[in-house]
Amino acid sequence: MTIPEPEKSLEEQNRIIQEAGQILSGFSRKRESLIPILQQVQSRLGYLPREAMTTIAEYLKVPAIDVYGVVTFYNQFRLNPPGRHSIRVCLGTACHMKGGYITLDAWKRRLKINPRETTPDREFDLDTVACVGCCTMAPVTVVDNKPEAQVEPTKVDGILLAFGHPVDTKDKEKSESR
Amino acid sequence: MNPDKPTAAAAAFKELKERAGAQLTQLTHDKTVIMVGTATCGCAAGALEVLQTFKDEVKKRNLGCAVIEVGCMGHCYAEPMVIIRKPNSPGVCYAHVNPVIAERLVNEYILGENPCPEFVLAAFEPNDILPSFQDFPRSRYEQKIILQNCGHIEPTKIEHYIVAGGYIALAKALEASPENIIEEVEKSGLRGRGGAGFSTGQKWRLCRQSPGNTKYVICNADEGDPGAFIDRALLESDPHSVIEGMIIAAYAIGARTGYIYVRAEYPLAVERLEIALKQAKKLNLTGAHILGSDFCFNIHLFKGSGAFVCGEETALIASLEGHAGMPHHRPPYPTTHGLHGKPTIVNNVKTLAYVRHIINNGADWFAGIGTKKSPGTAVFALAGKIVNTGLVEVPMGTTLRQIIYDVGSGIPGGKQFKAVQIGGPSGGCLPESALDLPVDFNSLKEAGAIMGSGGMVVLDEDDCMVEMARYFLEFTQRESCGKCTFCRLGTKQMLEILTEFTFGKGRIEDLDNLERLAEEVKAGSLCALGRTAPNPILTTLRYFRQEYEDHIRLGKCPALMCQHLIAYYILPDKCERSCDACIGSCTVEAISPNKKRIKVIDQTQCVKCGTCLKACPPQYNAIVKLTPPSEVPNDNSKLKNQISKPQIKSKN
Repeated sequence: MTIPEPEKSLEEQNRIIQEAGQILSGFSRKRESLIPILQQVQSRLGYLPREAMTTIAEYLKVPAIDVYGVVTFYNQFRLNPPGRHSIRVCLGTACHMKGGYITLDAWKRRLKINPRETTPDREFDLDTVACVGCCTMAPVTVVDNKPEAQVEPTKVDGILLAFGHPVDTKDKEKSESR
Repeated sequence: MNPDKPTAAAAAFKELKERAGAQLTQLTHDKTVIMVGTATCGCAAGALEVLQTFKDEVKKRNLGCAVIEVGCMGHCYAEPMVIIRKPNSPGVCYAHVNPVIAERLVNEYILGENPCPEFVLAAFEPNDILPSFQDFPRSRYEQKIILQNCGHIEPTKIEHYIVAGGYIALAKALEASPENIIEEVEKSGLRGRGGAGFSTGQKWRLCRQSPGNTKYVICNADEGDPGAFIDRALLESDPHSVIEGMIIAAYAIGARTGYIYVRAEYPLAVERLEIALKQAKKLNLTGAHILGSDFCFNIHLFKGSGAFVCGEETALIASLEGHAGMPHHRPPYPTTHGLHGKPTIVNNVKTLAYVRHIINNGADWFAGIGTKKSPGTAVFALAGKIVNTGLVEVPMGTTLRQIIYDVGSGIPGGKQFKAVQIGGPSGGCLPESALDLPVDFNSLKEAGAIMGSGGMVVLDEDDCMVEMARYFLEFTQRESCGKCTFCRLGTKQMLEILTEFTFGKGRIEDLDNLERLAEEVKAGSLCALGRTAPNPILTTLRYFRQEYEDHIRLGKCPALMCQHLIAYYILPDKCERSCDACIGSCTVEAISPNKKRIKVIDQTQCVKCGTCLKACPPQYNAIVKLTPPSEVPNDNSKLKNQISKPQIKSKN
């Protein structure tokens, strides 16, 4: 969440309010609808922009800070736009013991971002997840909702190559000097 | 109760079962059935590609086989797994199947007679040709009750579940009075499998006796413990068994509405539950006038949003009501003041899955399994440094040694067993000396661990106990909701102390501070998260104090795990001149050859990922880890200075 929400044009803001409104119409105005609404809005927009949160607050007649409080309490909600590909590194017990933290380091190094951030070109976003329940395949990284088994630093490079992402600037330097 | 209503339920169910049977026979009768395990663990190992290969082959060659998706059999170490049942032959289970093997199986076994023994894990029925599951040493200990159907039925087909004996218990329960059901469950001695082990029957009775007409049943499927995946496997492989348990529970306490609170990190479980709930509704197993009786019950699915504390029942209820998941003080318990202030029972997935078996087989049958105080079976998710990772279901009272060595086949790679971590962040690490402990709710608690939700992570000599404690504290500190001061700040302090240890800093007095703080956090926290958060520290301090002292006094990590206390080093006399494996493997180009073509690691560049160690061919085995990092011989730095980068480049 360290990257601030991008500036939005008026059109963009209106589009967000309109899309949130469409989702809202399917819900009752009860407080218990809040989390399902947030989940649906996020799955449509990819994240929860400020405009969407205020629209939801108005609809449910709760203070906007309450909505913000719930959004920041739960790990699944995000306040900045996601990348085209999502990278979720599992840090469950088994994954940690088999080197999940090393895998996370490798992702951080390659994408040059920290967990909960998106690459400047909006291609990848990186996050950690407590446990995806695939402990027998440790260490696991969930790439675009598909759990990948035994992701070690070399497999990180393999996955990035499969996406056509240049793996390291160092490599580039080397090939240039040749 | 109205005497003619019960027969209506039985008759309605009989018709349902006949129809389900007919449908399934039509699909599979006299056909070869190919079953591919596509639970999340299977998918991660590549089961979807295997499934597609079988589907393509069957279609291309017009084989007329039924290709179906099943859940997880618990043998996760052998994923992706495929079961092939030919008419009049024993069912054969294949391990580590990939698209190439799949094609071969079609050619040689389905079209021919060769069962390809080289890929076989085991056959289901004893036979003359192939080994069967009954020959496995683990079969002596295993007793599958709630995992019975997992991997054998198609989770997305309610007919399959009904034919396998599903929903009989519901029909039977609807004929009895709610009081009788509660009595039966109470008599069976079933204890909640969520971790605390409270008597399920008693919980139901308390809720039934609470005044009010509106009551709720909540199924707690927020399996947050990292390292536990039993609920996920159950929901993905046999969702109807949980739904059936919920309906029976609702009938017993008099609820008309139920919620399944499922973790958002389990998308496949959510998907399969949604399908299952739709099917149950269609067949009138939920909804109005279930099976023609006057009992009405609806189930809603609620997706969690990733907060560990929501596994705690009062926090879960707050989350269902649309608030941040912060626990409340108990009492009042949810059985009197639960969701929207109404009497509510919150039961774990596994607990509910047992219910139908108790109704079907009787309380005495269940009470006869396991130990006296903890009847039934224990389900564990085996992970970490163990050969047979996956799910095991054994009677309570089985020893840890039997589970780890006989069922799990011990530690891989000839390594030494060090500890077993039970119960996730709320549990503890038990050493070798505790291995003969018979597992049940009480014995584990005495040893300092808890049953928890059944995660069992085996640790070997390469795992550092200080790092383990730090890892769990990092988790609980992050997941603490912040309501109680001791939990919010105490966990942070403890984490800071532990982090210092893993950097080789800290003072020896900190050990006592840590212990004191742990006891205070335990006493000063409202919910189980804070009260159990210090357990990993207390047990590791109790059983592995020496390791803590080595970190502090010598700056050494005996297990060679803490990244700041180790260094990788290539032994010059073992390194082979002609081999470049480590150079190619290094992810940061920290390895380069010197003039004699002996490879050297640039310690300033090395990120300690260990890839080179794995890449070094076993015949040379030249790379070692050293602790403390100052152990790396001095001449290394000299060597490092000799070879500068441009030199290597000119070579290329």
